[in-house]
Amino acid sequence: MLQGKQTWEFQNRPVILSTGITGGPFEAEGPLRSDFDYLFDDGWLKEKTFEKAQQRLMEEAVEIALQKSPVEKEQVNFFISGDLINQITPTTFSAKTLAMPYIGLFGACATSTEGLALSAALLDGGFADFIVSGSASHHAAAEKQFRYPNDYGGQKPPTAQWTVTGAGCAIIGKQGHGPAITSATIGKVVDMGITDPFNMGGAMAPAAVETIQTHFKERNVDENYYDLIITGDLGKIGRKTSFDLLKQQGIQLEDKQYVDCGMTIYGPDQPVQSGASGTACSAIVMYGHFLKRMIQGEFKRMLLVATGSLHSPLSVQQKDSIPAIAHAVSIEME
Amino acid sequence: MADQKNKAKQYQSFEDKRETKRPILLNCVKAFLVGGFICLIGQVITTFYIYYFDFTEQTAGNPTTATLIFITMILTGFGLYNRLGQFAGAGSAVPVTGFGNAVISAAMEHRTEGFILGVGTNMFKLAGPVIVYGVFAAFVIALIKTIFLQLGGL
Repeated sequence: MLQGKQTWEFQNRPVILSTGITGGPFEAEGPLRSDFDYLFDDGWLKEKTFEKAQQRLMEEAVEIALQKSPVEKEQVNFFISGDLINQITPTTFSAKTLAMPYIGLFGACATSTEGLALSAALLDGGFADFIVSGSASHHAAAEKQFRYPNDYGGQKPPTAQWTVTGAGCAIIGKQGHGPAITSATIGKVVDMGITDPFNMGGAMAPAAVETIQTHFKERNVDENYYDLIITGDLGKIGRKTSFDLLKQQGIQLEDKQYVDCGMTIYGPDQPVQSGASGTACSAIVMYGHFLKRMIQGEFKRMLLVATGSLHSPLSVQQKDSIPAIAHAVSIEME
Repeated sequence: MADQKNKAKQYQSFEDKRETKRPILLNCVKAFLVGGFICLIGQVITTFYIYYFDFTEQTAGNPTTATLIFITMILTGFGLYNRLGQFAGAGSAVPVTGFGNAVISAAMEHRTEGFILGVGTNMFKLAGPVIVYGVFAAFVIALIKTIFLQLGGL
């Protein structure tokens, strides 16, 4: 049901039935090691290209999620996913292997919640019984497309972020027991004129703020409603900026109530500058880490706000600023 | 429109205050030390070629460059040069080793698209501008020199 202009309230409470999380060797060194279902010890995954490695990460994550749930592969109605690579081909090839009806998305690093929101809407409306949604990214594939060759010795500024190698997905059912998706807010494109592609946190922070504000207003709740507000990949700089912006707008969050996936996945000794990014970043940390903690009963309500910077290498070279977006999805446990 | 521009400007300065800045002075010191050290290695190699082989100060330059690029190739291949680059910045980018790294890393990266359209097309995608503007600058300088000499010179 539509609430306000851009928020959906899900009456039938679609439920996350199971998740599948895969990662690479660099992720294995981080503090979330035990939250992964499978960690590959080689960045190539023994594939010929980085893009194929990313495809494998996604396929394995979906297979694991299927194994963990009572749902059979044939029962899944749709596979809703996307990634960062040109024309989202790695996801398309995964969809081919999985042989599921496929809705391809591009929302950059906001793809995870974009997919989750759309899945919940379809399930809530009775247009599907089971949906697999998630995303994969690969550090080397993203570097190659968006930045410089992986072995080029360019110096990254402290605002830069590290693209996660891995995949996270969830199988969502129409109803059942477990963490339920209760509402979603689809964000607008926000562009505050930041042009530095090495400062995505700064570019995305206002998008996160706008979506959180709109969500509160349209759902008629305030910051005390949620135990945790989890942003996608703002990194240190984006988190700090958005935290202060929210405060300026009158939304007083507690420090530990406002967490960022990009600052959770890697440890302080890993050389990732401002934090992590990539479509898999929010998917892995939300489905792998925070959902797990929620099921264990640590908290009851969380708002996922995945953020995406929607630039391309071409738009950056043509001196366009970085358009950003954020979509929010609330997950609640009874 | 103007309102939006104002808002963006305001935000940019708001964000700028919360940004971690590049440690410029520290980066300069690191670049100076690492860049200087690379040049020292170059000097040692040059001296080596002059003393042990039949090279003079004028002719030892080419084999020295080739040796340095060979070392860079090995470091790049083992994934070490980019780590050095993150530490040293301009220190490892400005010497000829940085040029070598730009060519070699691009060649390695695009091997998956084949040897013609991958390696061949992309090998100079980073180093290309150096060649283009290097040659162009040399041309302009040569032109100025020629005109100057034709006019009588000094």
